Amino acid sequence: MAQVRLEVNGKAVEADVEPNTLLVDLLRRSLSLTGTHVGCDTSQCGACVVLVDGNAIKSCTYLALQADGKSITTIEGLAAGGALHPVQEAFREMHALQCGFCTPGMVMAAVDLLARNPSPSEDEIRSGLKGNICRCTGYHNIVKAVQSAATAMSRQAAAE
Amino acid sequence: MTSPMIGAAVKRREDFRFLKGIGRYTDDMSLPGQTCCYIVRSPVAHATIKSIDTAAAAASPGVVAVLTSKDFEGVGGLPCGWLVTSRDGSPMAEPKHPILAEGKVRHVGDPIVAVIAETLNAAKDAAELVVVEFAELPAVVDMRKALAGGEKVHEQPSGNLCFDWELGDKAAVDAAFAKAHHVTKIDLVNNRLVANAMEPRAAIGSFDPATEDYTLVTTSQNPHVIRLLMGAFVLSIPEHKLRVYAPDVGGGFGSKIYHYAEEALVTFASKKIGRPIKWVAERTESFISDAHGRDHVSHAEMAFDRDGQALALRVDTLANMGAYLSTFAPCIPTWLHGTLLAGQYTTPAIYCNVKAVFTNTVPVDAYRGAGRPEATFLLERLMTKAAMEMGLDQTEIRRRNFIQPSQFPYQTPVAVVYDTGNYEASLDKAMSLADYKGFEARRAEAKARGKLRGIGVASYIEACGIAPSSLVGALGARAGLYEAATVRVNPTGSVSVLTGSHSHGQGHDTTFAQVVADKLGIPMEQVEIVHGDTAKVPFGMGTYGSRSIAVGGTAIVNALDKVIAKGRKIAAHLLEAAEADIVFEGGAYQVKGTDKQKTFGEIALTAYVPHKYPIEEIEPGLEETAFYDPKNFTFPAGTYICEVEIDPRTGETTIVSFSAADDFGNVINPMIVEGQVHGGLAQGIGQALLEQCVYDDEGQLITGSYMDYCMPRADDVPFFKVATTSTPCTHNPLGVKGCGEAGAIGAPPAVINAICDALKDRGVLHIDMPATPERIWRAVGGAAGRAAAE
Amino acid sequence: MYGFSYQRPRSIADAVAALASEEARPLAGGQTLIPTLKQRLARHETLVDLSGLAELKGVHTDGKAVGIGAMTPHAAVATSAEVRAAIPALAALAEAIGDPQVRNAGTIGGSLANNDPAADYPAAVLALGATIVTNKRNIAADDYFTGLFSTALEPGELITAVGFPVPRRAGYAKMAQRASRYALVGVFVAETTAGVRVAVTGAGGSGVYRSKELEAALASNFAAAALSGVTVPAGDLLSDLHASAEYRAALIPVIAERALVAAG
Repeated sequence: MAQVRLEVNGKAVEADVEPNTLLVDLLRRSLSLTGTHVGCDTSQCGACVVLVDGNAIKSCTYLALQADGKSITTIEGLAAGGALHPVQEAFREMHALQCGFCTPGMVMAAVDLLARNPSPSEDEIRSGLKGNICRCTGYHNIVKAVQSAATAMSRQAAAE
Repeated sequence: MTSPMIGAAVKRREDFRFLKGIGRYTDDMSLPGQTCCYIVRSPVAHATIKSIDTAAAAASPGVVAVLTSKDFEGVGGLPCGWLVTSRDGSPMAEPKHPILAEGKVRHVGDPIVAVIAETLNAAKDAAELVVVEFAELPAVVDMRKALAGGEKVHEQPSGNLCFDWELGDKAAVDAAFAKAHHVTKIDLVNNRLVANAMEPRAAIGSFDPATEDYTLVTTSQNPHVIRLLMGAFVLSIPEHKLRVYAPDVGGGFGSKIYHYAEEALVTFASKKIGRPIKWVAERTESFISDAHGRDHVSHAEMAFDRDGQALALRVDTLANMGAYLSTFAPCIPTWLHGTLLAGQYTTPAIYCNVKAVFTNTVPVDAYRGAGRPEATFLLERLMTKAAMEMGLDQTEIRRRNFIQPSQFPYQTPVAVVYDTGNYEASLDKAMSLADYKGFEARRAEAKARGKLRGIGVASYIEACGIAPSSLVGALGARAGLYEAATVRVNPTGSVSVLTGSHSHGQGHDTTFAQVVADKLGIPMEQVEIVHGDTAKVPFGMGTYGSRSIAVGGTAIVNALDKVIAKGRKIAAHLLEAAEADIVFEGGAYQVKGTDKQKTFGEIALTAYVPHKYPIEEIEPGLEETAFYDPKNFTFPAGTYICEVEIDPRTGETTIVSFSAADDFGNVINPMIVEGQVHGGLAQGIGQALLEQCVYDDEGQLITGSYMDYCMPRADDVPFFKVATTSTPCTHNPLGVKGCGEAGAIGAPPAVINAICDALKDRGVLHIDMPATPERIWRAVGGAAGRAAAE
Repeated sequence: MYGFSYQRPRSIADAVAALASEEARPLAGGQTLIPTLKQRLARHETLVDLSGLAELKGVHTDGKAVGIGAMTPHAAVATSAEVRAAIPALAALAEAIGDPQVRNAGTIGGSLANNDPAADYPAAVLALGATIVTNKRNIAADDYFTGLFSTALEPGELITAVGFPVPRRAGYAKMAQRASRYALVGVFVAETTAGVRVAVTGAGGSGVYRSKELEAALASNFAAAALSGVTVPAGDLLSDLHASAEYRAALIPVIAERALVAAG
């Protein structure tokens, strides 16, 4: 067992983990943050995407101990004070989710994408989401949602 | 009161929990004392098991139990829900499908040993200590070779043949071919696919020694069906002692219809070990344990007169069943395939022969569309190929053969009766969406850039809303295919709807609530949709075959009608009027021609507080159940037009435009319907361009993970142009047909027809799916093609 | 995953010491190693996480060369203003690796130590004639790649940085294997002070290699037009589920043309 200290959704967390514990397992099992999902075992589907120090990574391909000292944001930590994040809001508005399983990872990937590129083209969005597989939506409404969130967020930024 | 809800693009109510990460999928749950199960699966495709040594595994740290087939004595095999009869009258071969392998393994992934331990890692450590000694047998992979004799997957008289089925009038077809002006022939493969719902299958079994109740939490599209199959046929647990609960389920696409071994295993073993057991598939495990889809090899011929009028169709299909019969496997290539071969056309004579074959591969069953994509691909490839051969436009040959609106109801030569449709309307709409007329200019422009541009048309029909029980019973179904709904009006006027339709992405929580709100004239917030739990919902047959709105929705409407009728009696009493004079509108019962009225809420309260109440005539309470057995299938139809651009030097294909015009009858929530179409299109495009299961000669699945099985990603598909036309279904009260599978049915032939159109000047008349860059590159001449292009 | 112990040293010396045992294995970005461990395809007693070594991160340039620390993630290379200015093809290559999450975690040192035959970075390293800097020595690109998943690194030897000489012009293009998004064929073309160098990844039976045919064709004219009619032999190329050797051979000149167009 080794001790890991990190911040998860703004809260300090300490846990004892086996070194072979994945970050996603720490989140899901030890911290009961089950919004982060596991959809594959070859690091491709992206259902497990979380932010580590603001960067999107696949938490199924990341040891809990690698996250020591870092700040993690999961889907549960995205909505500030109950209000949906603009990306979450856009996903709802544009019907960008169906079964909901890929959604947390997809939303986190989109948040990261927009942080790097606030006004992406359609191609940039499609390319930026290639680490996330959705089997339900055909991506049509997901791309629309990211476009819509980009507009909303830049409007918000301009207003601030 | 409220604006009409039916037809409104209401935002989904279920989205909040999913967007916040607080949805509840099976693997999100943990029960006190829960153990983990890991399954040792066969690494070889075909072998007898000489011995299994579990001693070291059982002694491994953290291990609770190690189980083999010996621990399941008295437990039944997994049942098949459909009996197909061969053309000689004999029943299909139906070999046992054990929970854990009994003496033999028949596909890579066949479960052999279950290791149950305190943690998953402990179970995996122990699993490595299980020693299974195999005597390998030659693997049967290719269907033709499987039928040609040699090794048998099962010891049975018919060898590897499961059944040899036919449909249609062979003599009439032969006669029509004899006088044909033109015959178009095609050999094609409908590629084997994996459904790949993003949530892997999972199951948690538990047993309560106090009540002797079993509970199974599982990733199912139809928990009541699982309760029925597992309780009655596998574990001999009566329904009242077995609860099956399918919470949030992360997609199904057919793969979560079936009763799987792991469900029975964790349920049965939880009693044995006295603790709950959780099993969760890893994705690579899903690839070798979820039922696969499609996998047909067909030869088909279509006879035409000189005007391009179809005279007859003849189809020979080999359908892969895999190593065992999955729950509904036999009906897919037969009654869901042969019966759709008329398509949208008046072809007067059709004959179809299907031979179903056992092989050493994962069982094959329904995957989004199930039989109908195979029929549509075959028929729509034939139509476009015939058009090319006869010098007709792809749209023109279809138009000449369409069943006309005046011909409905239309009896096809393959058993089904279409109730309604307008095929030219959806063709015209698709052509307009696609700017079909402007295509040749775009082709020329692309050519100037060195690209080959093609356009492909596919007009599909599907039979949805499965199905009239007496009909499917006659065809071999071992279950009824009605749906059940209970509408429980609570005393303060809120409504709980208990539906047997399961939602795993389809948005029932919203669509059904719209129907209820509309019918009762109450706000949607007053309506709760409850599904997925046999402890809460009286009964249900589940979600598949685009049946939820047409069958499940109708059951809800019928239950609502009963509620409204009872409410009318109460209202008549309260308003001191004749029942016949009471109208129910806008959420209130009103005495015709007066302003005397009682709201629905008042009636509900009265039903539960029956102080002033016609107690001699009717009981208190306001709760009604309806079982709806459909009168016919519904027949959604439409036309899809795909436009592709191909780089002939590399074979890379880009879908530059995709237009879909669907006739789903009436639409409850157009936003959700469009979403269903989008998803189906991506899966259809996936089949056409990207996805395939490949087995090697030893029966190893070499596309066994997302590293090799190509799932469509965001950059593989374009924005879709979708629109609807409508001829309401004539035999259900909502006039609805179902929309879940259309995209996956219509898209593959549209894409392949577009590719063939792009390549027709290179003499390419057919290309198999998936049309990978290398396949296309080879079709245009391989290395020689590059020189020609330069 | 099998069990292992985990260390995160704070200095290269500590890291090298920790890696002295044969049972120890360095953990860089983990994008190949962790999936391998998850599938129990490998077993190591100790993982030595290099992420605590600040001196292995970052980009330095002096106009003639670009030095990239071994633990610099792909995303940092892709977005580095220095890399974009000096060797835009290298930034573009990094931007095209895997997917955004892989690029945020995966590192150049990890990629090169692993030397996957379908990885992107080896093509840039070989075509640009880069130098692999380790804790012991400098290794020329031409000496570094020794076969599939095989390099000139000795046991316990650690890549600390990669030095890329700035070329006159360079470009990279690839056709991705569409499931894994690794390179089916990737071609890096470079016009350097030492001449034209062309490296091909994803296709070679022994991993990344320099294409004699393409280098010869481009030696006097570094332009797509110079490849007209040029073919490469299929003999030593990979053949698998996703592409035959013959197809890969046909793709190489076409992808090279795209790389040349990208090089401008």
